[in-house]
Amino acid sequence: MNFFQIISEIEKVDPEVYDRLDSRRSVFKNMTGLGQKLAAAAVPLAVGAIFNKAYAQTPVGATVNDVLNFALKLEYLESYFYNSRTTVTGLSAQNSAALALIATDEANHVSFLRKVLGSNAIPVPATTGVFDYTAKGTFPTALTNAGVYLALAQSFEDTGVRAYKGAAPLVMSNKTVLTAALNIHSVEARHASHIRAMRRAGVNSAAPSQGIAVAPYSGPAGAPKSWISGTDGGGAVPGTTDAIYGAGNNTNALSGITYESEATTSQGGVNLVTNTTVSGFPASAFSEAFDEGLDVGTVAKIANLFSVSGNYFG
Amino acid sequence: MSTKLIPSSQPQLSDLDKPLYSPIKRRSFFMYAGATAGATALVLAGCSKSDSTPGTVNVGSGDPGVLNYAYALEQLEAGFYTSLRMGTYYTGLQPGSAEKQILDDLYYHEVIHRDFLKTAITAAMATPIKALTPDFSKINFNDRTSVLGTAKAFEDLGVAAYNGAGQYISSPTYLYIAGKIVSVEARHAAIIRDLVSENTFVGNDIITLTSGSNSSVATNNSDANSSLERSMSPSEVVAIANTFLAEGSKLDVSGIK
Repeated sequence: MNFFQIISEIEKVDPEVYDRLDSRRSVFKNMTGLGQKLAAAAVPLAVGAIFNKAYAQTPVGATVNDVLNFALKLEYLESYFYNSRTTVTGLSAQNSAALALIATDEANHVSFLRKVLGSNAIPVPATTGVFDYTAKGTFPTALTNAGVYLALAQSFEDTGVRAYKGAAPLVMSNKTVLTAALNIHSVEARHASHIRAMRRAGVNSAAPSQGIAVAPYSGPAGAPKSWISGTDGGGAVPGTTDAIYGAGNNTNALSGITYESEATTSQGGVNLVTNTTVSGFPASAFSEAFDEGLDVGTVAKIANLFSVSGNYFG
Repeated sequence: MSTKLIPSSQPQLSDLDKPLYSPIKRRSFFMYAGATAGATALVLAGCSKSDSTPGTVNVGSGDPGVLNYAYALEQLEAGFYTSLRMGTYYTGLQPGSAEKQILDDLYYHEVIHRDFLKTAITAAMATPIKALTPDFSKINFNDRTSVLGTAKAFEDLGVAAYNGAGQYISSPTYLYIAGKIVSVEARHAAIIRDLVSENTFVGNDIITLTSGSNSSVATNNSDANSSLERSMSPSEVVAIANTFLAEGSKLDVSGIK
C-alpha cells in the first residue's frame, strides 16, 4: 500500500483532497519522503481514520453533483426510450404492461435526481433531437420492432447497472446520496433481469418468467439468462453492444477499484473457482455470481452511441 | 495499491458447508480471553457491546462487521438453496425447465458468495462468524408456493440488506464488491418474484411507488413516486433473518453503525 499513491488517486476525482485532509496542504505534500518509509507498515490503519474524518464532513460537492448529473443523463436516455414504447408492435399485453412499469420507475428516477440536485441539475433535454435510438441508423426499427426494442432495453439497463455500481464509491462521502444511488442501482438490476426474461420467453409471451435460456444468449432474438454470463456473447447486438459487457478503463479509477470484464471469475484477488467449497459447478456460474462496474468514461462512450451530437454524455 | 484481498497462496477452506453444532464453551472462552492482556484487548475490540445477548452471534463492527453480516445472510441463502434441492418440488422439475435452470443458478451463485465472503473476511484480518445453523422448519420443501415464497423473501431481504449496509462500509473496495453482489441478488429477486406472479419484478412492497419509505435506515427517507429500493437497516433485516436461524445462531448486529 502506498499512502501517497492513494491520495494522488483521490486527487484525480477530488482536487481538494489535500485541503480535506489538512488545511496546511504543503505539510502533506512535502512529507512524501518520510511518509513513503512509514507507509508500508504504520500508515494503513491511520489511512482509514483520516479519510473517514475528511469525508464524513464533506457536503454534496462538485464531484458528487457531477456523478449525479451523469446518472440523470442516463435516466433521461432510459426514460425517453420507455416513453416511446407505444410505437412498438408485437408485444404481448403482459410485456407492454411490464414496460409501463419500467417507464414509471425511470420517470421517477429522473424527478428524484432532479430534486436531489436542485438548481445544480442539468437542463431538461429536449424530447427530440438529443437522443437517437437508431444509433445513427444502426437500428432503424428501434422504436417499432419489439425484438430490437427489447434488445436495446436490455443494453440500457445492463449499462445502467454497471454505471451506478462503478460510481457508488465516488459518492461515498455523502451517505444519503450513496444510499439513494444504491437504491436506484438495484431497481435497474431488477429491470435488467425482467427485460432479459422477456427476451428469453419471446416478445409476445404471456409468461415471460417461463422462457428457457439458450447459450450464447446473444443477438436480437437471443434468450439470455436474467444475469450476465461471461460476456453474454457480446450482448443483445454483438458488434455494437460488446462494450457493455467488456472491461472498463482504470486510468482514473480510485485506488483498489478496477473495472473488469463481466467474464471475470476473480474478486478482490480471490479465485472464485478454486475458493468455492462445493465442486461440480458449471464454469459460467463464477462470472454470473458477480456483476462488474464501469467507469464514467466507458459508460459515456457506450451511451454516446445514442446521442445525436455524439457527446451528450461527455 | 493492489485490489487483492488475499495473497494467491491462501490455503483453501473446506469446512464451509458444515454447520458448527457445538458453540464455544463459556469456560474456554474466558480461558482464551484471559490468556494475556493483549488477547483480552483484542477480544474486547471485537465486541461492540459488553452486553451482547447471550447465545447470539455478534457480527462485530467496522467493515469486518458488515462483511460478517453479509456472510451470515449468504449462509442463510446458500443453506436454503442447498436444502431445497432435496425437496420434491425441486426434484420433480423437468430437466431444462426454466424453474430448474433458475434455481440451479441461484444455488451456485449463493454458495459462491458465501465462500467468497468467508475468505474475504479472513483476508481482512478478521474472524468469520461460525457456520450458522438454519431453522427451515417453517418451509415446506415439497411445495412450490412455500419454496418460491421463501426464495422471494430471502432475495428481497438480501437486496434491502446490502443497500442499507452500504453506508456503514468505509473501504471503497468493499463497497464496490458489495455492489457487485447486490445487483446479482436484485436480478435473482426479480425473476423469483416473476415466477411467483408475472410482472411483479418491481412493486410497492419493495420500491417506493405509491408510498414513501419509513425504514429506520438513517439515510433512506425517500418519498412516494421515487422508485427507490426500500433498503433496510441491519436490525430490521436480522429481525426477519433470525426467524430462519436456530437458537445459538441468531444474529446480533448492534456493532454495525
